[in-house]
Amino acid sequence: MVEPLYEVLARSAFVSLSATLVASVLGIGLGTMLALARLPGRRLLTAVVNTGMAVPTVVVGLAVALVLWRSGPLGELGLIYTVQGMIVAQVLIATPLITGITMAAIQLLPAELPDQLRSLGANRAQLVLRLWIEARLPLLAAAMAGFGHAISEVGAATIVGGNIHGHTQVMTTAIVESVGQGEFGVAIFYGAVLLGLAFLINGLLVSVQQRGTSWARS
Amino acid sequence: MAVAGLAAVGLLAGCSAGESAGSDGSAGASGDMILATTTSTQDSGLLDEILPVFEETSDCVPKAVAVGSGQAMAMGESGDADVLLVHSPDAEEQFMAQGHGSSREPVMHNDFVVVGPPADPADVSAADNAAEAFSQIAAEKAPFASRADDSGTHAKELNLWEKAGIDPSGSWYIETGQGMGETLTIANQKQAYTLTDRSTFLATSNLDSEIAFEGSKDLFNPYHVIVVAGEDTNVSCAREFSSWIRSEPVQERIATFGIDEYGQPLFFPDALS
Repeated sequence: MVEPLYEVLARSAFVSLSATLVASVLGIGLGTMLALARLPGRRLLTAVVNTGMAVPTVVVGLAVALVLWRSGPLGELGLIYTVQGMIVAQVLIATPLITGITMAAIQLLPAELPDQLRSLGANRAQLVLRLWIEARLPLLAAAMAGFGHAISEVGAATIVGGNIHGHTQVMTTAIVESVGQGEFGVAIFYGAVLLGLAFLINGLLVSVQQRGTSWARS
Repeated sequence: MAVAGLAAVGLLAGCSAGESAGSDGSAGASGDMILATTTSTQDSGLLDEILPVFEETSDCVPKAVAVGSGQAMAMGESGDADVLLVHSPDAEEQFMAQGHGSSREPVMHNDFVVVGPPADPADVSAADNAAEAFSQIAAEKAPFASRADDSGTHAKELNLWEKAGIDPSGSWYIETGQGMGETLTIANQKQAYTLTDRSTFLATSNLDSEIAFEGSKDLFNPYHVIVVAGEDTNVSCAREFSSWIRSEPVQERIATFGIDEYGQPLFFPDALS
């Protein structure tokens, strides 16, 4: 028994899109910094980011829950078993992925580009903005990958969200619950709808991306 | 640019999915109330039937988390749950003795049943009680799926093995570590016996397994509601829920739940005078 499909679907979309939005800001910023700045410990930080791309979502969920549980250090905030808590977990899941892809995208730009821009008198903000415009397609791909990772994960959503009907049930946890009840038909239907949603959102982004390509050519 | 594009999409989705955060509990009974309960109350559909009624009539926002009875009591012990609805009598008594709960009241009961493949290869239907049925399963080394998740059902199962004087192990003893619905599905696929509460068995679809043994005294399955005695827990809502679920209209609702769908009630109320 699960709540109406559109509510679960809207909640899934809301949680994962919000998380992707925050993770994109963090990830694109951090990735750009790692690609450009000559910081001490950059290699270590890069290794940490790359490891983050491979951390199982259930481990992220456990870590977030330990902090957010009432008995945990941030228990006062009352974020456990809430949509907001799930967004926090998914931000942590999507950020390393977006950071990693951003870093690779910026590093793949022609090496002389930053120097050329500086010689044309660009200040740091103008330089970064120009690099982002040049790398906009891979950056969009980074955000898409982050979104795909966030909306498809079930481990963190279960532990941090609790699959509470009417509050924190999302598509993936609804699928797990249906399978547990032997309702395989419902589970498959939910799976198909989730795929449809992912296709729709990615299709939207791809059309933006393609428009970007043709604009760059003209 | 990527961010801008996403922002637009995010705003669109955000409009349709506005989520109201629960207010903080203060004076009077209100705020979020975390109900840690067993998978059987969720998998049977009972929670979906009665919780919306509580939400309507109360200022408390119930948030039911379905876990095993063991984990539910652990959540109560650490103050991560406000009220428990559980079925693991020995562990419950220990929980109360340690001072983690302020009240423990009977709510309802049903019974456990031993289910297995329709052919009943271990011939357990002829057993006198559940412990004897378990001995026969072990003697035949017929596959048996165990929850192995510290749930109330798992506690009951271990209790029955102990009564039968058997320490179950070997390739016939399958430990799933999952909820009742999942374990029933695994038992069904592996042609194994398993111990389940009647309600979850009736409510789980796509099973070929049949009830192999039922009706003995050692299969009684009582559920209690426990108000957690925590410093920061929402005690007022927990108290309200505890007396609400034992009130006459709710008890009557429990008594009739499942009759339409399964031809028999899934739970029997224990708080009706």
